[in-house]
Amino acid sequence: MNLQQKTRLSRAEALLSLCLIFSSVFFGPCLSWAQSETPESITESILRLADEDRDVVETTVFALGESGDPAVLPILEALRERSLYLWFNQEEVRTVVIGRELINRGDVSGYLVQEPYGGAAMKNEKGAPLFLPEDQLESIRLSRRLRIKISPMLDRLRLFSPDAATRESAATKVGLSGDPEALPMLSKALNQEKNRWVRFSLTEAIGLIRLTDEDPAVRKQAAETLGNIHAMDSIPTLEARILTTDDSDPEETDIAVKDAIQEAIQKISAWQVWTRTVETIFSGISLSSILLLVALGLAITFGLMGVINMAHGELMMLGAYTTYIMQEFFVAYLPENVRNFYFVFSIPLAFGVAALFGLLLEKSIIRKLYGRPLETLLATWGISLILQQGVRQVFGAANVDVASPDWLTGGIRLAVGIQLPYNRLFIILLSVVSVVSVYLLVLRSPIGLKIRAVTQNREMSACMGIITERVDAWTFALGAGLAGMAGAALTLIGNVGPDLGQNYIVDSFLVVVTGGVGKLAGTVGAAFGIGGLNKLFEPGFGAIYAKVAILLLVILFLQKRPSGLFPAKGRHIDV
Amino acid sequence: MNSLTHAKKGTGDTLKWVLLIAGCWLMLLMMNMIPPKDSVFYLSNFNLNTAGKYMAYAILALGIDLLWGYTGILSLGQGIFFGLGAYCMGMHLMLSIGGEGAYQSDLPDFMVWNQVTELPFFWKPFSSFGFSMLAVMLVPALFALIFGFLTFRSRIKGVYFSIITQALALTVWLLFNQNSMNLGGTNGLTDFKKILNFPLSEVATQRALFVMTGICLVLAFVLCRWITRSRLGKVLIAIRDNEGRIRFSGYSASRYKLFVFVISAALAGLAGALYVPQVGIITPGQIGVLPSIEMIVWVAVGGRGTLIGAVLGAVGVNWARSFLTSNYPDLWLYFLGVLFIGVVLYFPKGMWEISGKIKSLVMHRGKKTPLTKERFT
Repeated sequence: MNLQQKTRLSRAEALLSLCLIFSSVFFGPCLSWAQSETPESITESILRLADEDRDVVETTVFALGESGDPAVLPILEALRERSLYLWFNQEEVRTVVIGRELINRGDVSGYLVQEPYGGAAMKNEKGAPLFLPEDQLESIRLSRRLRIKISPMLDRLRLFSPDAATRESAATKVGLSGDPEALPMLSKALNQEKNRWVRFSLTEAIGLIRLTDEDPAVRKQAAETLGNIHAMDSIPTLEARILTTDDSDPEETDIAVKDAIQEAIQKISAWQVWTRTVETIFSGISLSSILLLVALGLAITFGLMGVINMAHGELMMLGAYTTYIMQEFFVAYLPENVRNFYFVFSIPLAFGVAALFGLLLEKSIIRKLYGRPLETLLATWGISLILQQGVRQVFGAANVDVASPDWLTGGIRLAVGIQLPYNRLFIILLSVVSVVSVYLLVLRSPIGLKIRAVTQNREMSACMGIITERVDAWTFALGAGLAGMAGAALTLIGNVGPDLGQNYIVDSFLVVVTGGVGKLAGTVGAAFGIGGLNKLFEPGFGAIYAKVAILLLVILFLQKRPSGLFPAKGRHIDV
Repeated sequence: MNSLTHAKKGTGDTLKWVLLIAGCWLMLLMMNMIPPKDSVFYLSNFNLNTAGKYMAYAILALGIDLLWGYTGILSLGQGIFFGLGAYCMGMHLMLSIGGEGAYQSDLPDFMVWNQVTELPFFWKPFSSFGFSMLAVMLVPALFALIFGFLTFRSRIKGVYFSIITQALALTVWLLFNQNSMNLGGTNGLTDFKKILNFPLSEVATQRALFVMTGICLVLAFVLCRWITRSRLGKVLIAIRDNEGRIRFSGYSASRYKLFVFVISAALAGLAGALYVPQVGIITPGQIGVLPSIEMIVWVAVGGRGTLIGAVLGAVGVNWARSFLTSNYPDLWLYFLGVLFIGVVLYFPKGMWEISGKIKSLVMHRGKKTPLTKERFT
């Protein structure tokens, strides 16, 4: 490219970008930019893309790329994918359209076309999507060299997208490209950015690019900035700058900058230790809450009724499959905008289904086995086998797909590198709510009074007019319902398959035994002890050996306190 | 007590059962060796092998019966002891393959595969046959001794013991699945070639193993019979029926329990060791939580508290398992589930009760004998 061309190009560029900046200031703020009218200047420049003169095309592409208007994204994307077309209609008016997918309508193949600016679907006079046959369209093609240049432009344009997540990922991408030409766009984006996390990514990107600046002072400052904002993703780049290998000296030669980089790396590493600690604590709490949710139902059936319900896990599985059925039902029969709420309905429904099933179990089998815990263990194991095989035959042996609702995906970002997922938070909340409700129900309500009376002295309670059989049935149903609810909640974080229950049952029994039978506080304490220790051991030992260590600890703990954390008081010889 | 009257019966009774077991065992062997292959009485080599497997299981069932039926301790971790014995035997068999494996290395194939260069220290003694034979019983016994000492000392009993043993079964299963344990991971130990230089693929070797299993079963039966009929056995039954009272009478219940737990572990280990060369593979899948609890149902179906019931239960349930899993694979788990529920609800003493009922019906027609309700807690 000779000098003359270059000046012409830049002049045209300047002119165009002025127009475009104007238009973007004008149209940018309104979120419905996709529907807005295409500005005159853009229409012209779009048409210019089809120009015979390659230089004009190139100038136009660059101008669009530098415009900072996200509404031109579809144009550039279409150019890159070669799906931008020139349309000659009957009146010989040339229009540029985007046609992505070739479809057949009768014998004619063609495209359902989109506006280039904003990418909205075009309509015909009747308001239906506009279909243009292939032979009325002429593809606008760029040289390969120019097409390759579009990709970085797309990322830079996305810095101005209305969607924060897109802006953020674009900033990261631009930063990693290390292209100094992107700096003005990044600074501009940073100036108008309000979102904290996008600002962080933009700052990080600017810092990364400035690390390769010619001026040592700028480099030093960039390293300091990266250190101050704890930009974890920049560690590899920072390290690469000062890395000495056998055959080359480090890229960074200035001593002051080197020191600044060293310091930044230290700062970021220290921050990483801190985030890792927070993460471990959070995952410990999360695992504990899961164990608690699972063990709560067991604590009722085992602790209050002396029934070892080995089918507890399978009741959870029923809850999880109820959630699955609800999801399928919502997808099949209800409009799209309420689909996300299937989960709200499936939790009480899972509770109900499992409780009903528990009621049936109690009436048919468990009833005959009171006072013989070992027998209940064997019989309920039999039930669990039948349930598992039944589910396997109805739904298949493979896991079914339960999608978390949209409002539970993602998470709260507390600081750089610390994100608390919503689904985990939801489970923690659910377990807290469940524990509090069970506490209120069993220890603070008239029904709970009856339950405890029957637990403590069946004959005396019967004499006082309590229908003990009914209390038994309802208590068992409550335990089963809690299992079903736990199962519904677990669809958020784990696979839903016929052996879902098996994965949790042993752990949750361990929680109940460690906690001490019949004590809510014990169950809570044991769940947090076992869950917390598990996550504490996991990084050092690995998941399996952590489990072994936990079991050993539980056995040793039971040496000291054979009846768990909170033993029942009394003078029984057989407690 | 029913079981006490059982115990009073003389040696003649023991002889009767021993003769029954030995008779069946000899008959199966004869059926395999004498009749021509097209005769109805001919037992194929495969079936003889399967019968040998069932008999190994019966030895394990005797141990469970001693522990559960007589002493009232329900261990849901017998699969561990079975596995320990089986893996000890499997390690010996792996080492006796020598350089004939797929990689022509002195190391077992899976170690070559996992890029282990040196034989791990705990494998080394297993190249000796004598040591391995001792280990198959001593390793499970030692494990049971340590675990039992800790649990019985702190008076963990009843369902607590069951739950802890089940957690143990899960943990051991997880451990054996680890490649880093150098025990073959999920695939376990397999591709055995010979035992004491006799090729395992030979019919004669398999017959010899069958004979060995039969002898071990008879010996185990006599041992259990002797234990249950001695004073020791009476203490065990008393522990089952009321542990508190036994303690107050000055017996150390935990010592008796520890003893019987160790014996049952050793029997399980022996069963595992006899199982491996006949079946040709041992994987963690055969020793986990589900197999361990299945072992309980053999005894429950056969009739706990009757040794011969345990033997018949192990053989019967496993025969049903082979039959169902090959003919109606979907039904097996339903069958097992119904078996669990049915036995617990209607036949707490297992098949023995059914035959007893029929007997009493025949002996005193119409007279109903009230069932004694027993609690096994």
